[in-house]
Amino acid sequence: MTTQPILEVESLTLAAKSQEKLVHNISFSLERGESLGLVGESGSGKSLTLRAILGLLPRGVEQTGGTIRSKVSSSMVFQDPRGALDPLCPVVKQLTEVVYYRQKTTHKAARTIALELLERLGLPDSLRTKDRYPGQLSGGQCQRVVIAMALACKPGILLCDEPTTALDVTVQQQIMDTITSLQRELGFAMVFVTHNLAIAANLCSRLVVMKQGRMIEHGETHRLLRQPAEAYTQMLIDSVLPLPELEGGRTSWN
Amino acid sequence: MMNSKRTLTGAAGHNGSYKWLILALVRALIVILCVMTAVFFLIRIVPGDPAKMILGEYSTPEALKNMHHTLGLDLSLWEQFIRFVKMLFTQGDTGNSIIVGTSSRELIVERAPVTLLLIGIASILAIVTALLLATVAATHKDKLLDHLIRIIPAITLGMPVFWVGILFILLFSVRLGWFPVGGISEGGLGTLHSLVLPAVTIAFSQIPTLVRSLRAQMLEVLESEFVVTLRAAGIPSRVILFKHVLRNSALPTLMLLGVNISYLIGGTLVVEQVFGIKGIGSLLFTSISNRDFPVIQGIALYCALAVVIISLLIEIISGWLDPRTKENQ
Amino acid sequence: MNTTTHLDPSLPESGKTLSTLRQIGKTPSLLIGIIMFAILILLALFIPYLSPYQPSEQNLSAFLQPPSSAHWLGTDQLGRDLFTRLLYAARTDLTIMILAEIIPFCTGVMLGMISGYYGKWTDRIISLITDTFIAFPFYLIVIIVAFASGAGERGIYITFILVGWIVFARVVRGLSASFRKQEWIASAQTLGLPGIRIILRHLLPNVLPQAVVVLMTDMIGLLVAIVTLGYLGIGIAPPTPDWGTMISDGQPFITTAWWLSAVPGFAVVYTGIALSLLGDGLADIWRKK
Repeated sequence: MTTQPILEVESLTLAAKSQEKLVHNISFSLERGESLGLVGESGSGKSLTLRAILGLLPRGVEQTGGTIRSKVSSSMVFQDPRGALDPLCPVVKQLTEVVYYRQKTTHKAARTIALELLERLGLPDSLRTKDRYPGQLSGGQCQRVVIAMALACKPGILLCDEPTTALDVTVQQQIMDTITSLQRELGFAMVFVTHNLAIAANLCSRLVVMKQGRMIEHGETHRLLRQPAEAYTQMLIDSVLPLPELEGGRTSWN
Repeated sequence: MMNSKRTLTGAAGHNGSYKWLILALVRALIVILCVMTAVFFLIRIVPGDPAKMILGEYSTPEALKNMHHTLGLDLSLWEQFIRFVKMLFTQGDTGNSIIVGTSSRELIVERAPVTLLLIGIASILAIVTALLLATVAATHKDKLLDHLIRIIPAITLGMPVFWVGILFILLFSVRLGWFPVGGISEGGLGTLHSLVLPAVTIAFSQIPTLVRSLRAQMLEVLESEFVVTLRAAGIPSRVILFKHVLRNSALPTLMLLGVNISYLIGGTLVVEQVFGIKGIGSLLFTSISNRDFPVIQGIALYCALAVVIISLLIEIISGWLDPRTKENQ
Repeated sequence: MNTTTHLDPSLPESGKTLSTLRQIGKTPSLLIGIIMFAILILLALFIPYLSPYQPSEQNLSAFLQPPSSAHWLGTDQLGRDLFTRLLYAARTDLTIMILAEIIPFCTGVMLGMISGYYGKWTDRIISLITDTFIAFPFYLIVIIVAFASGAGERGIYITFILVGWIVFARVVRGLSASFRKQEWIASAQTLGLPGIRIILRHLLPNVLPQAVVVLMTDMIGLLVAIVTLGYLGIGIAPPTPDWGTMISDGQPFITTAWWLSAVPGFAVVYTGIALSLLGDGLADIWRKK
C-alpha cells in the first residue's frame, strides 16, 4: 500500500442556487485500496459530497469552494437499485452499453465481458439466453447489476451511496459480502456513505462523521468508536449498540 | 391518466398478466354503451320539439304528426330507445337522413376519408414539432430557450383555431400564394397540397398543450436516477438522450395522444369549415342547418366511438410495450 | 370543531389579507395578469362614455375605413366603429364567460369532492359519466347542444351546464382522493363528523385553490368556445356585438380589410394571456404556502 493519496478533498463547500449552503468545508483523503466511511443522518450532505466527487451534482447545486483532486476514475453504486436502471432497457443490454463506451471494445466483446461480470456478481445464468428488464429482477439482483455497471468502468474508487438501505435485511448482508470480496479481488478504494454506523465500522478503516453539512469528527474507526470526541458521534454509537444482533454480532469494536 | 395506468400495471404485476387487458376492454365496452345512450338522449334532453325545429314554427299539426312518425317520436321513450339500439346493432346506423333519404352511416362513410387524412397529417405534424420543442426546452431547463418555449402556451391557449386558420389563409394563401385559399384540389398531390394549411392550423392548436406535458414528462425522466447512473457510467449524453430518455418519454407521449384525440377531432370539425373542406365537419354543419337529426346523431356516435376505440388501442399498445406490465419473476 | 381546526392546514391565520396583498406584489405574473384584466374590464365598463359611437350605429358612407383618428381601428362593412364594437363585444363575451362558469364550477367541484371522498361505487358511477362525456369531442358536443337548445345566450348557458363541470370534477376528484388518506381528515372522521360536513368544512378549502387555478385556464377555453359558436353562427346572434361574429363578418373582406377579422381575435388572445398569467400567478402563490 502506498502512502500517497489517490483522492484528496479539500475544504469542499457546496451550495444551492438559492445561496443556501448544503455542505461546509469538508476535507478528507483516500489512499489506494482504502475504505472510508461517511456517516451521518439523512440530510447531512453525505450523498451530495459523493456526487461532487463523481462530478455530477444535481441540478441547482454548485461547488462554491474547495478542491477535489483525484488521480483515478471513480464510479458509483446508488441507493435505489430499481431507480438506478433504465426500466425500459433490458439489463444485459444496459450493461453491454456501458462496457462498449467505457472499454472501447466491439459490441460482441462488450457483451461477453458484460455476461462475465454478471456471472461474477452471482446473477442467474439464464440471462445469457434471455435478457430481462429491471422490473423482472429482484431488488438485490438489480443492485448487483448496478454494481456490475460501476465495475465495468474499471474504477480506482467505488463510491457507494447507501447501497443496501433499500434492500431486505437478508439481502443486505449478501450485497455487503459481495462488495467486500470484490474489493479484495480488484483492489479499488471505496468511499462508503451510510447512516448505519455498524455497517461502516465493519467495512471501513477510517470514518468521517457528518451533521447538517459539516464534518464534525473524523479518524481511525477504532479510535473514533472507543473515544468519540463529539456527543453526536456518541449518540450514533449508542443508537447501534443496543442492536448488535442486527449485524450478526459482528460488532468488532467490542 | 398516468395514475390510472400505474394502478393498472401495478395490478398486473400481482394478479396475472391479462387482467389489465380484460379490465380495459370491459371499461371501454361500458363507456361505449353509455355513449350510445347519451347519443339517444342528446336530442331529447334539450328543450323544444325536434319536429317543430325541422319544419319551422308555423307548420301544420298534420305535418308535425307525420314528422313525429318519421322520427319515431310518436312511440314511447322506451320503444324509441329499443328501436334505436336495434338499428345500431343490426345496421350500425342511426337512421335515414331526413333530407337526402339515404342512410346516415353511408353519408358519414362517404365524407370520412378526407377528415381522417386531415387528422392523420395534423397529428404527425403536432407530435414531431411538440417532441422537438419539448426536447429543446427540457434539455435547456431554465435557460432562455426554455423560457421562450414555455411562453408559447400562455399566448396560444386563447387563440380560436378558426381565427388562426383565417390568419394563415391571409398570410400563406393570399399574401404569399403558397396554398389554395380553400377547398380541396383533385388528384393525389393536389389533395395533399391543399390539406397542408388546414393540417398546420389543427396542429398549431394542439402543440402548446402537448409541449407543456411533454416537457414536464421529459424533465421527470431526465432527473430520474437512472440517467445519473448512465452519466456516471460514462455513456455519452446524446446516447442517453436519444436511446434512454426519449424511449422512456415515448409511452407517456402515447397516453397523452389518447387524451388529446378528442380535441383533435373537435378542432378538425371547426377547421374544415374555415377552409371549405367537404368532410365530416361540413356534413355536421349542413345537417345542423337542415335540422337533420339522424345524421347529427350518427356523427356524434361515430366520433365518440372513434375516441373510445383509439384510447383503448393506445392503452393496449402501451401496456404491451411496457415491460413493467409483464409479470415479475 | 376547535379540536380539529389546528390539524387543518387551510384555515386562516390572522393578518392573512395583508400578507396576501404583499404576495401579489411579489408575484409579477399575477400582478401583470390583474392589471391586464382590469384594463379590459374598465374599458368595457366605461366604453359608453369613452366613445362617441354606438355599437350598432351604421354609417354607410364610411364603410371599411382603415384605422384613423376618428375611427381608431377603422370601420366595418356597415360603417360601424370597430373599436367601439370591440369593447361592447367584450361586455357581452366576458359577462357570458363569467356567468357560464358559475354552475359548472360549483357542480364540478362538488361532484369531484363526493367522488374522491366516498370512492367505491359513488366514484365509479361519477367516473363513468365523465368518461362518457369525455368520449365526445368537446367542440362536437358544444356545437350539437348549442344548436339543439337554440342559438343565443341561453344555448351557451345550457351547453356549459351540461359539459363544463367535467374538467373540475376530474381535477378535484384526484385531489380529494389524495386528501382523504391524510391524517387530519381521518381525525375529523374519528370525531364522528358527518361526511358532508367534512367535505364542506375541511376538503373544500383545501381543493379550492387548485380548482380556481383550473378555473382560470378553463375560462380561456370557454371564451374561445363562445367565440367559436359565434363564428359558426350558433352562438350570440347579431346585432349583439360579439368577437366571434365580428371575425366571421370580417372574413369576406380578408384581402382588403384584414384587421376586421384579426383585431377581435387579438382581443380574445389578450384576454387569454391575462387569464393565463392570473392562473400561473395564483398557482405560484399557493404552491409557496
